[in-house]
Amino acid sequence: MTININRRSLLTGAGALTISVVLPGASARAAVFGAATRPELKPENLSTYITLNADGSCTAYWGKMDMGQGTDVGVSQMIAEELDLPIEKVTLMQGDTATSVNMGGASGSTGVQSGGKAMKSAAAEARYQLVELASKHLGVPADQLTVSNGVVSSKTDASKKVSYGDLIGGRYFDTQLTWNKQIGNALFVEGKGKPKAVSEYKVVGTSPPRRDVAEKVLGTADFISDIKVPGMVHARMVMPPVVGAEPVNVDEASVKDIPGVQIVRIKEFLAVAAPKEWDAIKASRQLKVTWSDVKPPFPEQKKLYEHIRNAKAIKRDDGKDVGNVDEAFKNAARIVEATYEWPFQSHAGMGPACAVVDYKPDGLSTVWTPTQKPHFGRDGVANALGLPQEKVRGIYAHGSGSYGRNDSGDAAAAAALVAKALGKPVRMQFMRAEGTGWDPKGPASVHTSRAAIDKDGNVTAWHFESKGFSRLDVNSNESEPAHTLAGQQAGVPLKFEAAFGAPEESYGFPAKRKAWEVVAPLVERSSPVRTSHLRDPVGPQIHFASESFIDELAFSLNMDPVEFRLKNLKDPRDLAVVKAAAEKAGWKPRTAARKEVRGDVLVGQGISFSQRSGSRCAIVAEVEINRSTGKVWGRKFTVGHECGIIINPQLLTQTIEGNIVQGTSRSLWEEAKFSQSTVTSVDWLSYPILDMTEAPEMIDVVLIDRKDLPPNGAGECSMRPIAAAIANAIYDATGVRQRQAPFTPERIKAGFV
Amino acid sequence: MATRIELNVDGKAHTIEADPDMPLLYALRDDLGLKNPRFGCGLAQCGACTVWINGEPVRSCITTVDSVGASKVTTLAGIGKDGKPHKLQEAYIAEQVPQCGYCLNGWLMTGAALLEHTPKPTDAQIRDAMAGIKCRCGTHVSILRAVKRASQA
Ligand code: FES
Ligand code: FES
Repeated sequence: MTININRRSLLTGAGALTISVVLPGASARAAVFGAATRPELKPENLSTYITLNADGSCTAYWGKMDMGQGTDVGVSQMIAEELDLPIEKVTLMQGDTATSVNMGGASGSTGVQSGGKAMKSAAAEARYQLVELASKHLGVPADQLTVSNGVVSSKTDASKKVSYGDLIGGRYFDTQLTWNKQIGNALFVEGKGKPKAVSEYKVVGTSPPRRDVAEKVLGTADFISDIKVPGMVHARMVMPPVVGAEPVNVDEASVKDIPGVQIVRIKEFLAVAAPKEWDAIKASRQLKVTWSDVKPPFPEQKKLYEHIRNAKAIKRDDGKDVGNVDEAFKNAARIVEATYEWPFQSHAGMGPACAVVDYKPDGLSTVWTPTQKPHFGRDGVANALGLPQEKVRGIYAHGSGSYGRNDSGDAAAAAALVAKALGKPVRMQFMRAEGTGWDPKGPASVHTSRAAIDKDGNVTAWHFESKGFSRLDVNSNESEPAHTLAGQQAGVPLKFEAAFGAPEESYGFPAKRKAWEVVAPLVERSSPVRTSHLRDPVGPQIHFASESFIDELAFSLNMDPVEFRLKNLKDPRDLAVVKAAAEKAGWKPRTAARKEVRGDVLVGQGISFSQRSGSRCAIVAEVEINRSTGKVWGRKFTVGHECGIIINPQLLTQTIEGNIVQGTSRSLWEEAKFSQSTVTSVDWLSYPILDMTEAPEMIDVVLIDRKDLPPNGAGECSMRPIAAAIANAIYDATGVRQRQAPFTPERIKAGFV
Repeated sequence: MATRIELNVDGKAHTIEADPDMPLLYALRDDLGLKNPRFGCGLAQCGACTVWINGEPVRSCITTVDSVGASKVTTLAGIGKDGKPHKLQEAYIAEQVPQCGYCLNGWLMTGAALLEHTPKPTDAQIRDAMAGIKCRCGTHVSILRAVKRASQA
């Protein structure tokens, strides 16, 4: 820390740092600390994360993102806590490559658990530095100082005090932190300041409101689609009728009546642009294109699961066996076995993706994008523009929700290609058919679960196998052309990673094997079923299978599903969420489907549970099934949830509610449909989601607050167990197992007869 | 071909040059620079583009601009009274309804119209009035709470 003696102390000739007495109400600054300009944006600089303003408020800079669940409020609470500031005095800036370092963006529910942890550590260091400055300023040893509300004062003489604003407000910390040399999710920094004890918390655990709600509700917030740049043109994509076809002939005359229209074509990539938005849309519809003749690349939809079963595995992960699985199956008195299937699903954002690229070949270009990862997204756009990363600034703009790697990165890359080709700022917006038909998909998969039972009715082994498409045909970081649709259309081959996953649980069966296999993508490049992360990547499909099977197992052993879980789960935290959900829901023990009839409806209750990277969640679903239509209503959900210490109970509850609704939608309705030529689910009729008329009547959330544990990710955990909870409830109501998602009226009705 | 079209939006008169068959949505967003009606589907399937025409919620993505005539168009910016937000907007803020908020325009414009006609709607009336509007983030139970709250305000 540089310390500059200010003019007044020079004039008085007194000792620079100890003479100042801050008169009540006066804003006297006896010494000037810190740097006048913000030091370089480097991970090791404290100023990269925390700055104090002249009014004593804090502006923090975060390299992660909130996507509407309020993670930014949670992280602000953690910062306010360490700085002893009221929450209103902490502003968190996010998603701008010019002001924050890459901390991974929104990614795998790590916002609080790693991003928040790093910010908390930086804030603790800022507080430490501020107390040190105050000590010099007041002439009081640091250990005799206390901080309240952003004012540092002597513990013994309350008249000796100085505010953060007077110490360093408007200037910048110029000290360093120890940086772990990682960027992205793993970035962590640490200084001399140690975070507070939980017992001293005042802000963490309360529920301050979101910062973006009022402006969104009042309609004053700018979303990505509202951003305009002078000279900007509107762009739209023209997509092939058969996946893999290239435009052989593009008839420019077919759109010549449209003012200012321009066409951009790079191999398979075909876009139109015009100064007026409607003209760009018209041109995209009117343009006559002759496409190359390619063989329709997809299997028949009804043979999808057969395709997965028969396809050669390109990667297998055997996991780590517990006990001797093969031996247990050899000695089994009987074996219980079942197979489950899960379809491709779309992100299907409320609005198709949009991005604005202001291309300045000789200056600083800018991309506005609603991606979860503005830093990586910026890298991708720089790549598409052929510019070094430092010549492009990435700025997050509100978009239509993001639940993983949706189509935002594709729109940004497409905008960049058009901007570069035309040398103009471009606003690219996809139409609905691209948003639903061509967005990255959650992978389709099949799962086989087997259990060995001995002659006394004990489970001696459990063997769970998944086989499906990878969850990462395209990487969620969007930083390379290979990972965007536009990049692939322009000729860069898919660079996919074979990845899946396994159930997360603590069942104490003596032997366990959890393995997975991944099959090759259906199409090498530019595929509308290329997979990537969709909220809780592969979690819903895996736990639909594993937790449906646990129910099947319980009934086959003549046990109640809750009792079975309580008997076999070993981790006390798992037991706690199962108990919490079952008790609050008024669980009715049963050893077979109850098939309760209430007038026109069949009524059922089912439970499911899972862990997710350290958090855990149990859900009791109560469903009503219309006997004539087969339509399922998820009427009530009771959720037991534990994610360590809770930062903001209200926003956590609403996050869980959102997951329950979206998860119910995916369980009951969602399946990407395709012909052998292309994806045919392209709008809200062909890709229906849960309607308001089908929304739950009640979501009852029981939060378990573990103040003794660090905060853990909560954005996705409650997405995992929903499908199985619903499937198990449907079984309770009908006596029929749903082993294929989604549980559409047709499938349910088929079970009645 | 583009023709002169007059529009009355949120109490203000505007003249634009546009294709008569261009959807009203693009007149509002692109020509007038208003942002609250949003593009969600362009197919009348989601509600994001909803405006009121003479007080009735209408999907501006399928309403041609020349069909509007002298009708009064109201956007989200115009549903408040006396410089105050609509009570449904206040309820949405109190209930912290949105996640991303991209869908809000449709729910608010439809919900506010419902409350104008039916100040004390039942749960079933609320659900029916909102049928077909989409929210991908799944904020449905918060929306129901907010409409209830506004109806009691
Ligand atoms: S954009 Fe008009 S209803 Fe979807
Ligand atoms: S809040 Fe995101 S679509 Fe409704």
